[in-house]
Amino acid sequence: MSVTATQKRSVGAVLWDYLTTIDHKKIAHLYLIGGGFFFILGGLEAVIIRIQLIKPENDFISAGFYNEMITMHGTTMIFLAAMPILLGLMNAIMPLQIGARDVSFPFLNSLGFWLFMFGGLLLNCSWFLGGAPDAGWTSYASLAIDSPGHGVDFYVAGLQIAGAGTLMGGINFLATIVNMRAPGMTYMRMPLFAWATFITSVLILFAFPALTVNLFLLMFDRMFGSAFFDVALGGNTIIWQHLFWIFGHPEVYILILPLFGLFSDVFSTFSKKRLFGYTAMVFATMLIAFLGFMVWAHHMFTVGLGPVANSIFAIATMAIAVPTGIKIFNWLATMWGGSITINSAMLWALGFIPSFTIGGMTGVMLGSAVADYQYHDTYFVIAHFHYVIVGGTVFGIFCGLHYWWPVMFGRILHEGMGKLTFWTFFIGFHMTFFIQHFLGLMGMPRRYWVFLEDQGLDLGNLISTIGAFFMSFAVIVFIINIFYTAAKGERPSPDPYDGRTLEWATASSPPPHYNFAQLPLTRGLDPLWIEKMEGNGKMTPAEPLGDIHMPNGSILPFLMSLGFFIAGFGFIYQVDHSAWYLALYGGMAFALGCMVVRSFKDDHGHHIPKEELEREAD
Amino acid sequence: MSHDHSLNPETMPQDPEKATLEGKNKFMGLWFFLGGEAVLFASLFGTYLALRNSTADGPASDEIFGLGLVFVMTMLLLTSSLTSVYAMYHMKNNDYSKMVLWLGITALLGVGFLACEIYEFAHYITEYGFTFRSSAFGSAFYTLVGFHGGHVLFGLCWVISLLIRNAKRGLNLYNAPKFNTFSLYWHFIDVIWVFIFTVVYLMGKVG
Amino acid sequence: MPENTSTNSTVKAYQKKKNKDEMKKQLIAFASMIAFTLIAFGIVATESVDKMFLIPIIVIMAVVQVGFQFYYFMHMKDKGHAMPATLIYGGVWAALLTLGGLGLITWW
Repeated sequence: MSVTATQKRSVGAVLWDYLTTIDHKKIAHLYLIGGGFFFILGGLEAVIIRIQLIKPENDFISAGFYNEMITMHGTTMIFLAAMPILLGLMNAIMPLQIGARDVSFPFLNSLGFWLFMFGGLLLNCSWFLGGAPDAGWTSYASLAIDSPGHGVDFYVAGLQIAGAGTLMGGINFLATIVNMRAPGMTYMRMPLFAWATFITSVLILFAFPALTVNLFLLMFDRMFGSAFFDVALGGNTIIWQHLFWIFGHPEVYILILPLFGLFSDVFSTFSKKRLFGYTAMVFATMLIAFLGFMVWAHHMFTVGLGPVANSIFAIATMAIAVPTGIKIFNWLATMWGGSITINSAMLWALGFIPSFTIGGMTGVMLGSAVADYQYHDTYFVIAHFHYVIVGGTVFGIFCGLHYWWPVMFGRILHEGMGKLTFWTFFIGFHMTFFIQHFLGLMGMPRRYWVFLEDQGLDLGNLISTIGAFFMSFAVIVFIINIFYTAAKGERPSPDPYDGRTLEWATASSPPPHYNFAQLPLTRGLDPLWIEKMEGNGKMTPAEPLGDIHMPNGSILPFLMSLGFFIAGFGFIYQVDHSAWYLALYGGMAFALGCMVVRSFKDDHGHHIPKEELEREAD
Repeated sequence: MSHDHSLNPETMPQDPEKATLEGKNKFMGLWFFLGGEAVLFASLFGTYLALRNSTADGPASDEIFGLGLVFVMTMLLLTSSLTSVYAMYHMKNNDYSKMVLWLGITALLGVGFLACEIYEFAHYITEYGFTFRSSAFGSAFYTLVGFHGGHVLFGLCWVISLLIRNAKRGLNLYNAPKFNTFSLYWHFIDVIWVFIFTVVYLMGKVG
Repeated sequence: MPENTSTNSTVKAYQKKKNKDEMKKQLIAFASMIAFTLIAFGIVATESVDKMFLIPIIVIMAVVQVGFQFYYFMHMKDKGHAMPATLIYGGVWAALLTLGGLGLITWW
């Protein structure tokens, strides 16, 4: 290790470093910290919901507060926890996997993070300013335009800002993968996680604009008196539902596809086998993304689109089971005959297969339009989407964190605590949600504040709540593990798992900020493994050692996002008093001013001289 | 500095906008952004189509739209698209002053377009009392056309700040990609306008 | 050295000629775009075509015009535009689905 990396720095210097950083690995840290914070917040909200439902006619929280809880739990988990953590993993790993030194637009990368962070904070400010949004995470317009107070306004403004950040992230990853792959790294040699990042970014690019427009429409209706959803003036609230689900269905694939890629890498590494059916896996991912855009109306079967539209969307929905099935079988075939290592990362991957498959099967059940009339808005739906989102996305996130912790933080998470986390979470997860299938089939509706005694729902709800406590315990153990590892964790070699792909081929753990002193030459799929098998043990450089060009850090992304944050308050409160226009215009002007500064100040980046690289290599 | 030199070579390469990695990134990034913009405008067009007859007893599209002004606006914007093609032509020939001239003309035509649009909106409001709040049709109309107008305004600010910033510097490999991305964005604005005049004004006129 | 510069300048001259030929194509594209616009406005203003045919005609003309804009003005026909074209067509596909979805409300 170089001396500079181990020097102690003051807290202020570290803080300034992170506020101005445009290094993709540090932005990944920020995403993980921000996303982790909101994950804990959303988890607390979930526990409060489950405590309220622990027994019939409970009065732990009031009905109005319960509505705020369910709304914020959903919104927080989807937009502020799962997506940022995924963007964090992509940021940390994808550039390394394709052998790049950074992403295409490091400045935008940082801006994307700060927009997400300020958007999330703005949304959560609502708790202290007269109540959180309470129209459900889907915020259907018929409810949302009549919701009193400013809760829904915070939803609109917060998600608008956070969504803009996500869109930037998507474009950035696309350009990075198209333009910055290392020599020899063709598209069909990219690890599955890089592929999944690419396809997910395409989904982000095409799905988020629909949400942007939808939020604008709701904002205009609530804050500026327009009539999109005002039936008296000819408006139509179904527009909200269509636009929301045109965004919302691709969104669930945005949440799961990166993890499909991650699991492929994990299964392959810990089975010591090349991924079975690589090409099929790539095309299955594309097919899922493609079909994912054509099924949004299966969320709207009971709206009354008519039997023809319902049938088309039902068939398209069931078709998605085919590429997903291909993936499940390929993962099983990858492990078949492999030399399997079972550690905590692999446990999450193994636990994922049955859990996600159950969620997939209930998905096909829900996809049947006629049956959906029975399931609609019951706990069966709740059970289904928690099986895919928790059983897929959250399991995947934990898997990825355990697997890539050495790359991201230069330590290995404690195995014993990792396994304890897995088993308690796995048991708690199935306890909580498996029983909810039956609660739903027995007719328990979702989003209800209380249920009545002696309707056969008491025991199921009690079991469900106990499961939630198990999951909370698991998360607490994980947090302890993080602190324990930071203090006493083992410092690994750059390649602790006998890896196959380029993120394990860096000079140190964590990698130096320029990633690779010399860009590696890729000679096939699983490039590091090829070199190991041929006895080289490390990557062949594709270029002579020379000066490296790196971009400069900047505080502007933070300031710009702060401007939009202030403008957000202006938008929300200008309906009460016109003095708030000051905040609106002031914030906007500040953000635009930062943009002008950015474009008027030439930033050519800096060079790391060859001599310094040689010195650090010693 | 060696670095500045590399951005000011003796002979400009054939495609100065794509000669550096940064240029390639900007080029790709802007195209991808336009792919997303297509969905953004599709959502607005879809909303408009769903609400175009929801006039709530207010003025309807065939009563208020006049084709004359819209035709003038269309010609202004189409011509500005051609002038920005000319600007890029001169950029490839490394003729900086002509490029600036044509970009200046592009900006002027854009200002003309925007002035017509503001006049048009003011006309609807004062003559017909047709506002953003009068009906769902009004909301959808002003939102769709206004979003396009906002894009024009943003493009104008963009090109003017580029021209000011690079007034005394000449063409180099650092600013060529910036001019090029602006030109792509400007063409895309024109693409959207083609659909607006077709779907909103022409189809609105026939009812 | 003089040889070198002379080859350099011939390449330049060749490039200039190529750019000029390209510019001619752009002008033809522009002329046809203007023509399409005139026809579209013309048939609406004179009400010479039945409404049933009019809307498809003007929409098709808009699509063709936009094709010129993309392929000529924005150079999507040139090399190195495979990825931009893929993503634009992806965006157009998502856009059509969106329009279809919102059209469902009024037309079904």
